Amino acid sequence: MAATASAGSEPTFWALLLSRRAVLVALLVFVVIVALCVLAPLVAPADPAKMSVRARLTAPGADYLLGADAFGRDVFSRLLYAGRVSLTIGLGVAALSSVAGIAIGLLAGFFRRLDAPMSRLVDAMMAFPDILLAIALVSILGGSIVNVIIALSIVYTPRIARIVRASTLVIRELPYVEAAVALGSSTVTIMFTHVLRNILSPIIVQATFIFAYAMLAEAGLSFLGVGIDPSTPSWGTMINEGRQYLDQAAFLIVFPGLAISISVLALQLIGDGFRDAMDPRLAKDL
Amino acid sequence: MTRYVLKRLVGMLVVIFLVLTIAFVIVRLAPGDPAALMLGPEATPEEAAELRTQLGLDRPIAVQYFAFVSRAVQGDLGTSLFFRQPVTEVLAGRAEPTIFLSLFSLLFALIIATPIGIYAAYRRGSFLDQAAITTAMLAASVPSFWTGLMFQRYLATDLGWFPASGYGGPDASFLDRMGYLILPSIVLGIVNSALILRFTRASMLDILGEDYVRTARSKGMGEARVVLRHALKNAAIPIITVVGLTFALLVSGAVVTERVFNIPGMGNLVVSAVLRRDYPVIQGTLIVVATVYVLINLITDLLYLLVDKRVKY
Repeated sequence: MAATASAGSEPTFWALLLSRRAVLVALLVFVVIVALCVLAPLVAPADPAKMSVRARLTAPGADYLLGADAFGRDVFSRLLYAGRVSLTIGLGVAALSSVAGIAIGLLAGFFRRLDAPMSRLVDAMMAFPDILLAIALVSILGGSIVNVIIALSIVYTPRIARIVRASTLVIRELPYVEAAVALGSSTVTIMFTHVLRNILSPIIVQATFIFAYAMLAEAGLSFLGVGIDPSTPSWGTMINEGRQYLDQAAFLIVFPGLAISISVLALQLIGDGFRDAMDPRLAKDL
Repeated sequence: MTRYVLKRLVGMLVVIFLVLTIAFVIVRLAPGDPAALMLGPEATPEEAAELRTQLGLDRPIAVQYFAFVSRAVQGDLGTSLFFRQPVTEVLAGRAEPTIFLSLFSLLFALIIATPIGIYAAYRRGSFLDQAAITTAMLAASVPSFWTGLMFQRYLATDLGWFPASGYGGPDASFLDRMGYLILPSIVLGIVNSALILRFTRASMLDILGEDYVRTARSKGMGEARVVLRHALKNAAIPIITVVGLTFALLVSGAVVTERVFNIPGMGNLVVSAVLRRDYPVIQGTLIVVATVYVLINLITDLLYLLVDKRVKY
C-alpha cells in the first residue's frame, strides 16, 4: 500500500482513501484515461479527422486498433480526442455548479430571510428531470461545449446548493461561529473562513458525482442529437454516429460506450472513496 | 396530521407556481419570434405582427406572465407550433407508452432489486453482497441508451426474442403495444434497479442491527420470518422514498430509451419538439412532468403515515 498510517496516529486522508483496493484501481484507471485524452496529440496513432474510403467500417485489428468508422477515420484516435470533450464538460459542470451551488447554499443557510424563497426555488428546479431540463436549456442556448456546460451546471447546481445549505444551517449554530461573531468578524469572513472551510468535504464528494453524472448527461444529449455540434467528437456523438451501423459494425458504439461507462464507474468509486476518507462517519456501506 | 397535510399542500402549490415561472422564463429566453415560427418562413411581417397581437405577445411581459399562469392553472398549456393542436392534447396522445414504460421498468427494477438488496444485507460481506454492490454501481454507470442499443442488436435483431423497435401499427391491440415495451422496460429497469438495490440494502442493514430484530431471533423466530415480517416491514419507508425519487430517473431514462426504440411517447415528442423548435410543447412537457414529480413526492410522504404508525407530523 502506498500510504499507511503511522502507529498510534489517526490515519491520514490518503491512507484511508487508498486503503480500499477498488478506489485505488479506480483512481489509477481514471488517471490513465485522463492522461491518454490530454496527451491525445502525442498518443493518437492518426489524425482523428483523416478520412479513408478504403478503410470504411474496418473491424478492429492491426491497422486500426479499434476499427475505422463510416468515413474511414481511426476510432481509437477519435476516442481519445472525444474524451477530451467529454471530460472537459464533466469537469466544467462540476466546477461551475459547485461555485453557483456554494453561493446559493451559503446565502440560504446564512440569511434566514433568503432561506425560504431560495429553498423553494431549489425544490422547483429539482422537480425537473435532469435530461429534460438540460434539453430545454440547450435548445434555447444552442449546442456548443460552453452552452452544454452552462445548461448542465444549471441542472446540477441545486444538488450542491441543497447540501451547502443543510451543512451551513448546522455549522452556523456551532460555538466557534458564535465566537467569531462575538469577536467582530465580518459576515463574509465567517461565511468563507469558518463555514465554507468546514463543509468542503460533502461538496467535493458531490462534485465528484456531478462530474460523473454530467458526462452521462452530455452523452445522452449528444446521442439525442440536441447536445454539442455533431462535428465535434464526444463519446456521445460517436455513439449517435455509430448507431446507424449497429448491425454491420457494432464496435463503433461498443468502444465509446465502454469509455463512458469505465470513466463514470471510476468517478463513482472515487466519490465513494472521498466520502469515506473525508468523514468515516458518513461511510454507509452503500 | 391534518395541519401537516395542509402545510405540504401549500408547499406543493408554491413549488408548482415556481415550476410554471421557470418554464415561462425558459421559453421567453428562446431565440426567434414565436409568431414567425408558427407561421413559417413564407409569412409576411404584417401577418407575423397580426398573430403577435392575437397571441398577446405584444403586451408587457408581466401581463403575458399572468395570462400564461392563469391559463396553465386551467389546463391550457398553449398550442403546438408544429401540430397546430393544444399542447395538452398532443401530450395526452403520447402519454400511454411513457406511462407504461415507466411503470413496467419500475416494476422490473423492484422485482430484481428488492430481493437482491435484502439478501445482500442479510449476507453482508459475502461474495453475493460484493457482487450485488459492484453490479449496481456498474448499472448506474452505463448509459441507458448504450445498453438499449446493445440489447436491441443482440436480443432483438440477432436472437429475435423481442420486437426491435416501434409501438405496433395503428391497428395494434393493447397487448401487442405492451409487447413492444418489454425490452425497453428491461433496459430502463436495469438503471433504476441500481438505486433501489443500494437503498434497500442500506435500509435493511440498519434494521437488521436493531434490538427488536435481535429479540425476535432470541425468541426462536425463523430467519425468513424475522427478515420478511419484521425487518422488511420497517425498511419500507426508505424503499418508498427511493421509489418516489426514481420517478425523475425514470422520466430522464424514458426520454432516451424511447428514442433508442423509436417509441412514440412523451420523451420522443420532446426531443422532436427541440429539433422543430416547438417551444410550447417543450414548455408543456416540462410543466406536466415536474408537476407529476411534485405530486408523487407528496403521495410518498403521505404514504409514510400509512406504512409506519410511528411517523408523527
